[in-house]
Amino acid sequence: MSGRDTVLRAVRKALTDVPRFENPGGPRPPHGHPTDHTGPDIVQLFSERTAEYRATVVRVPAARAAAAVGDALARTGARALVVPPGLPADVIPEGPWTLLDDTLPLTPGQLDAADAVLTTSAAAIAVTGTVILDHGPGQGRRALTLLPDQHICLVREDQIAPDVPEALSRLDPYRPLTLVSGPSATSDIELDRVEGVHGPRTLDIIVVAAT
Amino acid sequence: MSDRDNVVWLGTPAFPEAARAALADTRLRANLRRATATIRDKRLAVTAELDDWEELRERAAAVKRHTLRHLDHHLLRLEEAVTAAGGTVHWAADAAEANAIVTRLVQATGESEVVKVKSMATQEIGLNEALADAGIRAYETDLAELIVQLGGDRPSHILVPAIHRGRSEIREIFLREMGDWGRPAPDGLGDDPRDLAEAARLHLREKFLRCKVAVSGANFAAADTGTVVVVESEGNGRMCLTLPDTLITVMGIEKVLPAFADLDVFLQLLPRSSTGERMNPYTSLWTGVTEGDGPQDFHLVLLDNGRTATLADEVGRQALSCIRCSACLNVCPVYERTGGHAYGSVYPGPIGAVLTPQLVGVENTASLPFASTLCGACYDACPVKINIPEVLVHLRAEAVEAKRRSRLLPTAEALAMKAAGWVMSSPKGLAAAHRLAALGARLVARDGLIGSLPGPPARWTGTRDTPAPAQESLRAWWRRTKAVNETQGRTTAEEEGRR
Repeated sequence: MSGRDTVLRAVRKALTDVPRFENPGGPRPPHGHPTDHTGPDIVQLFSERTAEYRATVVRVPAARAAAAVGDALARTGARALVVPPGLPADVIPEGPWTLLDDTLPLTPGQLDAADAVLTTSAAAIAVTGTVILDHGPGQGRRALTLLPDQHICLVREDQIAPDVPEALSRLDPYRPLTLVSGPSATSDIELDRVEGVHGPRTLDIIVVAAT
Repeated sequence: MSDRDNVVWLGTPAFPEAARAALADTRLRANLRRATATIRDKRLAVTAELDDWEELRERAAAVKRHTLRHLDHHLLRLEEAVTAAGGTVHWAADAAEANAIVTRLVQATGESEVVKVKSMATQEIGLNEALADAGIRAYETDLAELIVQLGGDRPSHILVPAIHRGRSEIREIFLREMGDWGRPAPDGLGDDPRDLAEAARLHLREKFLRCKVAVSGANFAAADTGTVVVVESEGNGRMCLTLPDTLITVMGIEKVLPAFADLDVFLQLLPRSSTGERMNPYTSLWTGVTEGDGPQDFHLVLLDNGRTATLADEVGRQALSCIRCSACLNVCPVYERTGGHAYGSVYPGPIGAVLTPQLVGVENTASLPFASTLCGACYDACPVKINIPEVLVHLRAEAVEAKRRSRLLPTAEALAMKAAGWVMSSPKGLAAAHRLAALGARLVARDGLIGSLPGPPARWTGTRDTPAPAQESLRAWWRRTKAVNETQGRTTAEEEGRR
């Protein structure tokens, strides 16, 4: 007998007390929030909550987006910037940095040697201060936002969902998804939070006003 | 239970004995006290922010309980969805089967090393040891798991397995061991957690870039879409889930959720209960394989290993709702004092005390259901409302029953209980016992207290002072005063009390 048959048979044998007419699909508890955890200004809330994780957050009008990216790169002194396919050209600033285009996939070694990566995002969550990547155009495959030590992420104001349930409902579950809440961190030593382990140690969020 | 299984560490003493040794370790107690106090305060602060926290717990509990009642149905849906998305599903009835499947899959790639995401399921089945037997090196990449692996140690907490180690001990381990496993610790390494985290980053980076195979666990899997979820903080999880060519995920069968949409409650409850954050730094979700992004070969191993035995118990079944947040450990007065090793299992603390005996059979871990004061703090903290005290009491009865079955002669305790039952069922017997106890107590009590006694009663009296029984029992006093009152024509004591 295969492992599959053994496990399934054991599961069914364990559940003989469950009435056969009981519907496996329901009754389902309602989804969504009975109460809202946000205040009147969810963009402000998102900015505050993200900053609490020691991410750097700025709010700019669309015309200032490229300049804000330039400021973030200048602050860390980044020299090599990874740009994913599909990133709008008008958010990439002029400056003393080399652009590494991932249209022909870069090797892990090249990504590891790069200083920063610039991406857009798929959605964001105000209450938890989270940005969500679905790794579509402008965001790049998952390795791009993992190996360089600085991640600069553009979030449009209208992409910010108030809370977790609303944000999840906007996503396509068949895409790979990464929820990012602040730079990488650990609490493994004496449960004391330390920012910066394996993922990017610097996270810059640029909130772009809706045009 | 196989001898390679880590659900219980064979050769570990029973809880009371192990706890005694742990309590004598003052450094351990200081580490635990500081760490659990920190995390308790953080958890309370972030759970208090959500005014519907109780409703979220109710909903999560309802989803989990209902899913478990139809587990076969949801597992088959999950298998279908993962397969349709390009993954391969394997089923393992026990640890040996799961280890054999993973070993075979790694060998098929031709690789001899794997990077690992922190995973309770692979800890439980002793996967690293099984891979080592097949000549495959498994590198733990979570910081705490790395500390445990380099130190040749055992985990003592579900979330923070190295919670028993202070920063200076971790520094010593890194300096001593890192060189044997790869890149050595930097010269002049200090004991600041920042420096220690940096040392781990440098040590592991070359492994992430080199290894072609990763092994992970799973926090959740959605049956409708086949999406698997790993919740983490450091980015080591993302490294393992993204960079290698082959990904093997070992998941307990109880982790399945009916729908992707169910994640809405669990992604709110888990980080707040676990690390006391509104959201953990990184959560990765993937559905099968995605062309041009991440591993192109994905295997999901569904693990039973005692879970169906737990499922068969209508009271104990709820323990399978556990989402491994470890809030119950952090609030437990017993765990805070003994630490995790005393439980002798990869699952310590209150949840371990109900899960471990059910996974391996209560007769094999008879002391664990008693490793609790039944104070109920764990039940209050549990985000999926597992009534741990209820299951503990249920398992205590089973432990007593299992002991009775395994012996020809009853235990001294069973005899004492039987005698107590007989005495208490007869008023005359009880009165006689009272007189005897009062007489006996006068012989052994000092200043009104009974201290440590020799012989079998020492097991009770060795750690407790018992007030000496009154010279006169309540029943005797009642008879005497009532008789006096009646002869003097006054109201009875009973009527006095009513006024």
